[in-house]
Amino acid sequence: MGGRKTLRTKESGDRILTGKTEFYNGNTACAEGALAAGCRFFAGYPITPSTEIAERMAARLPKVGGTFVQMEDELASMAAIVGGSWAGARSMTATSGPGFSLMMENIGYAAITETPCVVVNVQRGGPSTGQPTMAAQGDMMQARYGSHGDYSIIALSPSSVQEMFDLTVKAFNLADRFRTPVFLMADETIGHMREKILLRENVEIIPRRELKEGELPCEPDENGIPGFGTFGNGHNIHITGLTHNEKGYPATDSAELHEAMVRRQVDKIEKHRLELTDVDIVNPEAEIVFISYGAPTRTVRQLLADEPGKYGHLNLRIVWPFPDHCLEQFTNAKAFIVPEMNLGQIAKEVRQYTNVKIITAPKLGGALHTVEELKKAAAAAETATRPVTEVRL
Amino acid sequence: MRHEIRFSGLGGQGIITAAVILGRAAALYADKHVVQTQSYGPEARGGASASAVIISDEPIHYPKVTEPETFVIMSQAAYDKYGCKAANNALMLVDPGYVTSRPCCVCLEVPATAEAKAQLGKLVFANVIMLGALMEATGVIDYDSLERAVLDSVPKGTEEANKKALAIGREIVRKQL
Repeated sequence: MGGRKTLRTKESGDRILTGKTEFYNGNTACAEGALAAGCRFFAGYPITPSTEIAERMAARLPKVGGTFVQMEDELASMAAIVGGSWAGARSMTATSGPGFSLMMENIGYAAITETPCVVVNVQRGGPSTGQPTMAAQGDMMQARYGSHGDYSIIALSPSSVQEMFDLTVKAFNLADRFRTPVFLMADETIGHMREKILLRENVEIIPRRELKEGELPCEPDENGIPGFGTFGNGHNIHITGLTHNEKGYPATDSAELHEAMVRRQVDKIEKHRLELTDVDIVNPEAEIVFISYGAPTRTVRQLLADEPGKYGHLNLRIVWPFPDHCLEQFTNAKAFIVPEMNLGQIAKEVRQYTNVKIITAPKLGGALHTVEELKKAAAAAETATRPVTEVRL
Repeated sequence: MRHEIRFSGLGGQGIITAAVILGRAAALYADKHVVQTQSYGPEARGGASASAVIISDEPIHYPKVTEPETFVIMSQAAYDKYGCKAANNALMLVDPGYVTSRPCCVCLEVPATAEAKAQLGKLVFANVIMLGALMEATGVIDYDSLERAVLDSVPKGTEEANKKALAIGREIVRKQL
């Protein structure tokens, strides 16, 4: 892989496809976004509905000097991308619910070792093997809290094929900037549908900050983020899943040190919520406001196009950390309606930050919310009296 | 104008390929907004195959078909599942070699499979014959865009046969309209 060289994006010849307009499905767009962002290591275990990402990476990575490994399972996939990242490569895996569950242990390891990596979860119906070919958003809480212990992560949610490309690029930049696992929480609808996509040229690459001479391997900078001691670059570093001091060595019996390490690793993300805000705010003066992310955003936009000016909309491209400050922008809000392809996971998060009444509009089974169903939820918002009301669609 | 097209038939008839080619033609060569979706469920592995294309001059928000204007039906099972729900003002293209039912809406018989065998010697051209027919019957895509998308989607060496297939489909419809 050749160390940091792999972070470069300029390749000779026509091996990088950027600059072209294509008609791709979301999964292929995600793979191309990863390549454009300089991803040169993919380890994964194919699973519906994410398989096209692995297929595309298997076909394309060797042509750009990268490495594709099909692993024995998702535990190993996650472990391998942690290793790939420490070897200097922008590293990624892609999976769906069952594989995501298996990755959780090593996601915690990536969090405590502050390993930049990108995990794509093209969500399908769960729990367990559930509905392999149907869309869902049931893993949103698992993305935030799935591994044990206290930690924080970043999660993005695309609602178009173009965003599968763009947010994959962004995921790599955020992973390197904040030294954290970043999740691209897609769903079957967006992963499998085809749309026109511009494979953007010269995407912005924000590389991770290399450890400086004289700096300790786990010594935070003013943002709470340590320099990255890439393997093979001459740093003497120790990486461990145990609680560790600024030298990187295990120090498991100090309450103060453990608390300081955990709080710093959480704060480096949570205290950058403003920088980590990526939303669309439409009609902030509206009384009835939809909050959505991923595929249901498409239905909300259809409703807003059909009935302009009637509703407000907060679309979340970054779901974690949750951009609670954006709720305040809807100063006239009488109800927040949260259509999700789960039983109200992000609706509960909204509830934490507002006294405005909340309408949850869960949809399970794989079909996307229809415009009519959103109108039904809006009608319920007019009459609902309780703080949280679920509309059965 | 939003135009929804439902393709359905048997696995192996090139149903999804046809939808992707049409989507590609409209998106890349006719500069339209397009969303193509397809069935990934168990039925997609057990015989039935279905795909949908939405073509619009405006950005497409809701990505699923709601009430298709046009149906391409290439098996009786596909008719039973999708074709029988066609609105009265819809347009349907059926391959009469596979579909025995007929809808209330306007229906054009396009014997794509039989003509592919008779004129081109291979059944695999049936889907491109259907695309030629669809183009002529709906005007949802122009010939040049469709031909470009066909040519950059098919295996090398089959370009001339595929161009002929487009022309065959177009002629079948011209004779009926």
